[in-house]
Amino acid sequence: MCLKQVPDTETQIKIAQDGVSVVTDNIKWVMNPYDEYAVEEALQIKEKFGGEVTVVGVGPKRVTESIRTALAMGADKGILVDDPSALGSDSLGIARILAAVIKDLDYNIILCGKQGMDDDSGVVGANLAELLGIPQISVVVKLEVSEDGSTIQAHREVEGGTFVIEAPLPALVTAQKGLNEPRYASLPGIMKAKKKPLDVKTIAELGLDAAQVGEQGSNIKVVRLTPPAERTAGKIVDGETPEEKAANLAKLLHEEAKVI
Amino acid sequence: MAQGIWIVAEQRAGELRKISYELVSEGRRLADQLGQPLTALLLGSNIKDKASELAKYGADTVIVADDERLAVYTTDAYSSVIAELAQKHEPSIMLLPASVQGKDLSGRLAAKLGVGVAQDCVEFSLEAGSLVAKRPIYAGKAYATVTYKDSVPQIATARPNVLALNEPDEARSAEVVDAEFSLDDSQLKTKVIEFQQEAGAKVDLTEAERIVSGGRGMKGPENYKLLEELADIIAATVGASRSAVDAGWRPHSDQVGQTGKVVSPNLYIACGISGAIQHLAGMGTSKVIVAINKDPEAPIFQKADYGVVGDLFEVVPALAEQIRKLA
Repeated sequence: MCLKQVPDTETQIKIAQDGVSVVTDNIKWVMNPYDEYAVEEALQIKEKFGGEVTVVGVGPKRVTESIRTALAMGADKGILVDDPSALGSDSLGIARILAAVIKDLDYNIILCGKQGMDDDSGVVGANLAELLGIPQISVVVKLEVSEDGSTIQAHREVEGGTFVIEAPLPALVTAQKGLNEPRYASLPGIMKAKKKPLDVKTIAELGLDAAQVGEQGSNIKVVRLTPPAERTAGKIVDGETPEEKAANLAKLLHEEAKVI
Repeated sequence: MAQGIWIVAEQRAGELRKISYELVSEGRRLADQLGQPLTALLLGSNIKDKASELAKYGADTVIVADDERLAVYTTDAYSSVIAELAQKHEPSIMLLPASVQGKDLSGRLAAKLGVGVAQDCVEFSLEAGSLVAKRPIYAGKAYATVTYKDSVPQIATARPNVLALNEPDEARSAEVVDAEFSLDDSQLKTKVIEFQQEAGAKVDLTEAERIVSGGRGMKGPENYKLLEELADIIAATVGASRSAVDAGWRPHSDQVGQTGKVVSPNLYIACGISGAIQHLAGMGTSKVIVAINKDPEAPIFQKADYGVVGDLFEVVPALAEQIRKLA
């Protein structure tokens, strides 16, 4: 499964002096929440069918903490690609790095979160599936592996309904909230995780050309970050009773805001 | 040299989705600025008659890929047909919907073409003939303006309900072209078994013009009936906060916020929602926000255009009654 580390969702986002990055001081870094569903699903599949769960991440050293969390939940081993030349990669750059790691592994299912809860792109999964030449099913809320382990059937949530989709393995699935209830790492799990293998690799070790990743290899360039349009508190609707308040609100929405 | 702007329309069960018209409208504006033609791509089965709809909003050409195997969206079929057409015609800009389908498709397509994609954009402009896209990050806690390196096509997806719609021109027509493509069955690995329509679902939250949303203050799942009654009267979709979803009161598909859906309706009525930062991030681009909450200190009031300090169990039914009188 592929893992990303992101700021906790309660984080206030401040734009840095350079205008193209966010201030990372005092950020609480956590495993991307959608990746927790991916880890949990991988573990459930392993419990039913056997096999091994490998966690692959890209990023600086702090990401090992999130990989250890996945190992503490029950994953077997971790691989972190930590290389300064990977910094500033766009989705395709990250997918190239992940593909370089994964292509040499023996895999049946690749699980990713449906998107990173930082840049919210949700592109890496599809990019990776294409690079590996395997089918993808994204935004999955229910996953079943056939008894013989040759196919998966997934429920994919779209606007106004759910598609049920079947794919042969190996395949890539991206996890949506609702797929499962991620377990907490137990204390014995945390102890065991400390002894589980966690390899750190560089871009060169993966046989990748540094020009294919990082800022150099990116097609998409962030030219500036801006804060959202400031919303200010509006009117508090007058009225002595709930009925009066409701009547005044209805009038304001109809005559002033013209939205009903 | 790459030329022309393409938009990829989205249909389900043969009906075009509203985002398709939003894309044509935006594509028209960009095409006029660049002095380049606008082409709409329409994939489906027996779908050709819908091409005229896209023309009314501004498409010069509609390329129709009509094939039984394209009736229902699959990543395999759609990405391979569109990639082939893009390689043949070399558009400079390609806009897709930031729907679940469009996001899935754009990622696969971009990797096939070896280019990047700017996802879920809310604003487009041009600089020296090149696309500049603005997109929310951290669920709208900040916005990133992005440009593309020299790769083409410049691919972006547009968030539904944000881009302005053109006034449809009934007299406008487009050249309709049958797409030539080679779709080999061996490329089609995934199979759609069925589509389960959401029970009672009207308009999806991401496409809704109006949303009535309930949080912790709803006290229990049974009380959402109040919101549904109000929603019925104003043709709104009902949403929920994360705490309401985590409590099991509403399905997660109803969740508005950073771990749920990011919405931008004309009217958002937040009932019994305190306004946690991750919720505000998901609905902050709504045009008009109403907050109904007992606690005058609730952070939601700082973002609301209209605040009602009061008991939602009294205010919401009274509001429903008042609006019924207006009609």
